[in-house]
Amino acid sequence: MAIAVRNLTKRLGNFAVEDVSFEVPEGQLVALLGPSGSGKSTILRIIAGLEKADSGEVELTGEDATYMPVQRRGVGFVFQHYALFRHMTIRQNVAFGLEVQRLPKAEIKRRVDELLNLVQLSGYSERYPSQLSGGQRQRVALARALAPRPKVLLLDEPFGALDSRVRDELRSWLRKLHDEVHVTSLFVTHDQQEAFEVSDQIVVLNRGKIEQMGPPQELYERPASPFVTEFLGAVNVLPLDSILSMDTMQDEAPLPVDFPTAGGRARVYVRPHDMELTRQSDGRTGWFAHVRRLTHLGGTVRVELKLLDGTDLLVQLTRERSRELELAEGDDIYVVPRNWKVFEERPRPEDRMQPIEGDYVI
Amino acid sequence: MPALALRGSTLAYLGVMVVLPLAVLAAQSAELGPSAFWKAIFDPFAWHALKLTISTALVMVAINAVMGTATAWVLVRYEFPGKEVMNALIDLPFAVPTVVTGLMLVALYGPSSALGTVLGRAGLGVIYQQPGIVLALLFVTYPFVIRSVQPVLLEVDRGEEEAAATLGASPWMVFRRVTLPTLFPSILTGTALAFSRALGEFGSVVMVAGNRPLETKTGPMYVFGEIESGNRHGAMVVSVVLLATSLGILIALNLIQRRRGGGHGE
Repeated sequence: MAIAVRNLTKRLGNFAVEDVSFEVPEGQLVALLGPSGSGKSTILRIIAGLEKADSGEVELTGEDATYMPVQRRGVGFVFQHYALFRHMTIRQNVAFGLEVQRLPKAEIKRRVDELLNLVQLSGYSERYPSQLSGGQRQRVALARALAPRPKVLLLDEPFGALDSRVRDELRSWLRKLHDEVHVTSLFVTHDQQEAFEVSDQIVVLNRGKIEQMGPPQELYERPASPFVTEFLGAVNVLPLDSILSMDTMQDEAPLPVDFPTAGGRARVYVRPHDMELTRQSDGRTGWFAHVRRLTHLGGTVRVELKLLDGTDLLVQLTRERSRELELAEGDDIYVVPRNWKVFEERPRPEDRMQPIEGDYVI
Repeated sequence: MPALALRGSTLAYLGVMVVLPLAVLAAQSAELGPSAFWKAIFDPFAWHALKLTISTALVMVAINAVMGTATAWVLVRYEFPGKEVMNALIDLPFAVPTVVTGLMLVALYGPSSALGTVLGRAGLGVIYQQPGIVLALLFVTYPFVIRSVQPVLLEVDRGEEEAAATLGASPWMVFRRVTLPTLFPSILTGTALAFSRALGEFGSVVMVAGNRPLETKTGPMYVFGEIESGNRHGAMVVSVVLLATSLGILIALNLIQRRRGGGHGE
């Protein structure tokens, strides 16, 4: 394992990292994803040696690094606000980590040229950071971090300070770069789309704890908790009782499965694009609904609906499907769920929602 | 119209208060011609006084640059009980009349004090010697470097220091290659201000120096002494040299900062 973190704990006022363990396999690009205050940056800084954990262990390429000073860890670190040395030229910035190792001048020059080439900034070597745009500065920061051939690359919200167009560009560029360079990378982000686009694996954090980890698609299809479900994208949250007591097209069960613990405080999670709208009953489960509002979003149409019991529901359709249905505001229509997830709230000690049997994919 | 009047009156005020006295001094010192001017500078007593003023100021500046930066560092980077009090005490030397400063130093290090006696026996004369002058200068210029470095240090991007550390730089190397270059202009400003201030320091120095020509008599003391004994020209010439040195430093500082700022300021 390139990076292994075991039982990491750190308390900082009312904010904490609690018993976090995970591993990053050699050569992968892994995202630490979570809302602000979830502890993701703290974990990254502990791995780099910039902060100390209260307890727990950090291992880098198989070597115990828990008590290793930051200088000896051999990590490359990229900061959200670039942190370039402002009184040095771009060349001097990238050369810094090589000069520290007292490499021969000619070798430093060759390596710096190689890296500036890699980040497509060869023509900028004699400029100062203040003369570059945000995206260029972050590429310099990346070149500087990669120059001494770090064992692992750590990126702390690397695109957080950039505007959205540059961010998108740099994101796909980082993925390409990683496919070329193959350095094990761990990056922190609060943007689920960024995590999905770039990473091989995602570690989802909430309040200092790991909620779930796995490949992006797996997290999306099999979220382990309501938090993960909600954090990974828009989702309708419906009380299970009201769904189960709903009138349906042909008196079939509102959800075509049995719930051993039905009732209580369970909720149904269903994503807007995991539902279909139909005008006629066709033997499948369908919930009666009233179209309140249509919003055209280019290729898709967002439909705001109200179920019979007054619950709001959001459905996303393709433009073609909406045209086929001749959908208009004020229509009454059937909603056919294709894919959903039910979580039941368990009493203490955890007081967290647990998945129960019955998630269902058609 | 009021704007014009305001502009005119502030300009006139600057002229009357600052430019006019300077011009008169310069003009009168030059009255007797260049050769008399040079002769007055290279008068052995005047020349020694000028050298002494500059050499004591240089020693003071070297100490201040190091200790002032260190003090600012401690005030910005560490949390400790009494930090607020320490921060408030820094400016105290500005509030102490300089004659009182001299008197305090005499009371502490003077030949009749306990510490002075011990030091004297060890062969370390302070009061009425050159170290006394340096001590007095250090006291009156104490806040300059600290107060000029402190705000800059507060603004330093810790990310740059952290980046350097992750690239393998030791704490000392991080300081030398990343932090110090950022602080350097402010250290330069602080020391230059302290140096200018020291060139003209009279009140405290006259108390501790003992007024011995060719030994502990500084430039400003020489000026005062020559006026007392009727050598107006000699006093003026030495004054002009002190003034020109101060002015030269301020101008040089300005140029250096403009060049740095123009190059790659944020």
